[in-house]
Amino acid sequence: MVTKESILSWLDEVCDPEIPVLSLADLGVLRGVEYLNDEWQITITPTYSGCPAMKTMEDDILLKLKEHGVEAKVHLVLSPAWTTDWLSESGRKKLKDFGIAPPENEVDKSVLFAAQTVVPCPRCNSRETKMVSQFGSTACKAHYQCLICSEPFDYFKCLK
Amino acid sequence: MKNEDLYNYVLRLGDDSLILGQRLGEWCGHGPILEEDIAMTNISLDLIGQAMSLLDYAGVLDGQGKDHDALAFLRFENEYRNALLLEQPNGDFANTMMRQFLFDAFRKPLYEKLLESTDMQIAAIAEKSLKETRYHLKHTSEWVIRLGDGTDESHQRAQTALDLLWRYTDELFFQTEEDTTLISLGMVPSMSEIKAEWSKTVLSVLEEATLVIPTNNWQFEGGRRGMHSEHLGFLLADLQYMQRAYPNMKW
Ligand SMILES: [Zn+2]
Repeated sequence: MVTKESILSWLDEVCDPEIPVLSLADLGVLRGVEYLNDEWQITITPTYSGCPAMKTMEDDILLKLKEHGVEAKVHLVLSPAWTTDWLSESGRKKLKDFGIAPPENEVDKSVLFAAQTVVPCPRCNSRETKMVSQFGSTACKAHYQCLICSEPFDYFKCLK
Repeated sequence: MKNEDLYNYVLRLGDDSLILGQRLGEWCGHGPILEEDIAMTNISLDLIGQAMSLLDYAGVLDGQGKDHDALAFLRFENEYRNALLLEQPNGDFANTMMRQFLFDAFRKPLYEKLLESTDMQIAAIAEKSLKETRYHLKHTSEWVIRLGDGTDESHQRAQTALDLLWRYTDELFFQTEEDTTLISLGMVPSMSEIKAEWSKTVLSVLEEATLVIPTNNWQFEGGRRGMHSEHLGFLLADLQYMQRAYPNMKW
């Protein structure tokens, strides 16, 4: 019999197409698994409104469940809005090992001209890094460079 | 139609996002530096994403089964309700940043108020979009200051942009008779509240940027009523080409 646990364990193998080390659960995008109206209902939420990976994630979920003979529906919800606080501990570690600095606790984005957050280098752990651009290779990342080892790296920026 | 007043309101929000998103996308591959090329296309992507949510909801309110694609690709110019500011050509980098800044400073307080909307779907879209809009405003404020308080040339270009775009700012706060009903139902905020917040942000950033508001305060309007400048038609020709040439085509 298919249980919620088995669905969750299968979905553990579905990863963010742009950061293939993170599962959708690690990322906090997977919000719910429920059996309702004779069908499995999977709820996901986008990281950013225009994230082009959402459609792929939806397809990957359906494909993975189909491999196990399960038909499901995927729902996209906007509220509560995704925050980097939902990134799991194991997800943060996987990010760093992958060379992407995990989100630091940042000051309120609504404050203009606030001091910049220190983002340690994922390669040498130096705290002497500089932001190259607030916008990086994908919507969820900013672009940084380490001043000690020179490594250019992605920072999974904090969104609250 | 299920709720015509709300449909018109949401359509205005969606069209603002869509048209500005399309304009910004024109910078793709043409940014002055790689980082800004990426920043502008990232902001564009957020705006297109917000437009999808907003236009999908407009489709629901319309009740004729239209989704965001149908609304984005299959309407004529005079059916668009975006403000004139957003369809203005990109011009130089200073002009693009100024246009974006004037809009972000308007969108942020608007989303903050829409968070409290009694309409759950509007509140949800605002919650999602506000986080992105804060990033945008931070980015564009910094650029307006850097350009205005920069070299002689960057100051001149930023001031020229402000002089050119200021005339389109009043229209952002356009409010219809029907909106008053929505306001009384707690669905949307009154634009006078938003304008007060906007003015505060704009004045403080412009001061820091050593830029001055033009003394000629003649204001243009029309976009909110479907009366657009000559620029929108060209933009739509580009945006809609594929769906018009190959109806119902899918990627
Ligand atoms: Zn380093």
